[in-house]
Amino acid sequence: MTIQTRIGRRLVGVARHDGMTYFLEILQPLLEGTGVTLHVFLLTLALSVPFGLGLALLRLSPWRLVGRVVNGYIWLMRGTPLMLQMLFIYFALPFVPVIGVRLPDFPAAIVAFVLNYAAYFAEIFRAGIQSIERGQYEAAKVLGLSYGQTMRRVVLPQVIKRILPPMSNETITLVKDTSLIYVLAMNDLLRAARGLVQRDFTTMPFVVAAAFYLLMTLVLTWGFQYLEKRHAVYDD
Amino acid sequence: MPSTTTELMDVTPMIAARKLYKRFGRAEVLKGVSLTIDKGEVIAVIGPSGSGKSTFLRCLNHLEVIDAGEIVIEGDTLVDTDASGCCRYAPEPELRRICRKMGMVFQQFNLFPHLTVLQNITEAPITVKGLSREAVIPQAEELLRKVGLLEKRDAYPARLSGGQKQRVAIARALAMEPDIMLFDEPTSALDPELTGEVLRSMRQLADERMTMLVVTHEMAFARDVSTRVVFMDEGEILEARAAREMFASPAHPRTRAFLEHML
Repeated sequence: MTIQTRIGRRLVGVARHDGMTYFLEILQPLLEGTGVTLHVFLLTLALSVPFGLGLALLRLSPWRLVGRVVNGYIWLMRGTPLMLQMLFIYFALPFVPVIGVRLPDFPAAIVAFVLNYAAYFAEIFRAGIQSIERGQYEAAKVLGLSYGQTMRRVVLPQVIKRILPPMSNETITLVKDTSLIYVLAMNDLLRAARGLVQRDFTTMPFVVAAAFYLLMTLVLTWGFQYLEKRHAVYDD
Repeated sequence: MPSTTTELMDVTPMIAARKLYKRFGRAEVLKGVSLTIDKGEVIAVIGPSGSGKSTFLRCLNHLEVIDAGEIVIEGDTLVDTDASGCCRYAPEPELRRICRKMGMVFQQFNLFPHLTVLQNITEAPITVKGLSREAVIPQAEELLRKVGLLEKRDAYPARLSGGQKQRVAIARALAMEPDIMLFDEPTSALDPELTGEVLRSMRQLADERMTMLVVTHEMAFARDVSTRVVFMDEGEILEARAAREMFASPAHPRTRAFLEHML
């Protein structure tokens, strides 16, 4: 008997018995997985956005060397797989002299995600900041605003409007990228679903997991749509 | 003037620029420009494009950095050059304090698009001077009334015509209560029918004895409003004379050729 027909029988069996009961049974582990997924997602987002902004500002700073170092960092983080970075921080970092520390799985995953996503966010911020006309800086300067005030009050509020679409893209990608933490044997939504599929020989957990992912990205899409609408009160 | 002390104070020039040099790469843009501006003067800087007029103006408030020369604003040294030819600017806080005495209006308006008209005007007084919102709103509304745009107080700049934008820019600069107003071709980006309303606001300012330095192609404004006209060509001031004299009998042949071409 092939695997497919076995799964097929099992599906029929589930349908004949009680789909609802089975759904409720798998809901608990899937919700727990969703909790892990959301935990990684929110922590990464909260930490990598400010870190990325800092990187972008350093990249645009007048100090050439600093800019180059940041460039190198971004190249490294975007040029290697996130999964490799995560494995490196978890398995290899403890053996690196001086900075070597052994991190438990969850912090290791968060560090990898933050370092990686900050590089992408930095590039989005950099492009946004560079798209603001020089006249805006000059107007702020002749009015007496300092560099920090110019950034906070004039430049960044305009940057936010311009980078919302790419930020929305990147954030939605992050929701799905969280599934990579399975390599550190953490039970995120996808790994929980896979475990159930392998245990019960039914694809239903995959369907439910997909629905959960869709629900999360839907909320994000709405959130970004709301932000875009709020920033649409003015034209550039 | 009744008292001698005020007379003495009035003697300190608002702007004293001596031998300014500036180059962009290999192009020498300012070749030893000197100009002294007294309180209440309205100076029109005219000349062909590329003559260094705008650069000169932008050097005065540190939007451009000079290579050599001296700039003194109301007695405070913004920049000077020592005997070895080394150019030294005032330290940062002092620099900002001096530059704040000058308001500026740009050719491209440079309003903040994410702020309403009123917020554009109140932004600097709140952020830079640390004044409260309640304290600055009446002043901002008064300035808007003055430039005739009070009804636009809650509009965003994108909704304004060019002339309206430029009048808001004037109000925004005035909100910082500068002693000197610099205008960098304020009407050059406007449709011809919109220049009048901007020039009217500027004329009103001149009537209030504001010290003004105006880089312009508006010969009528230079002739009728300014107290002195400065003619620049190829990075040098060729003539600086009373407006009436300048237009009646330009001394330099290049001034004559330029004025004939413009009028």
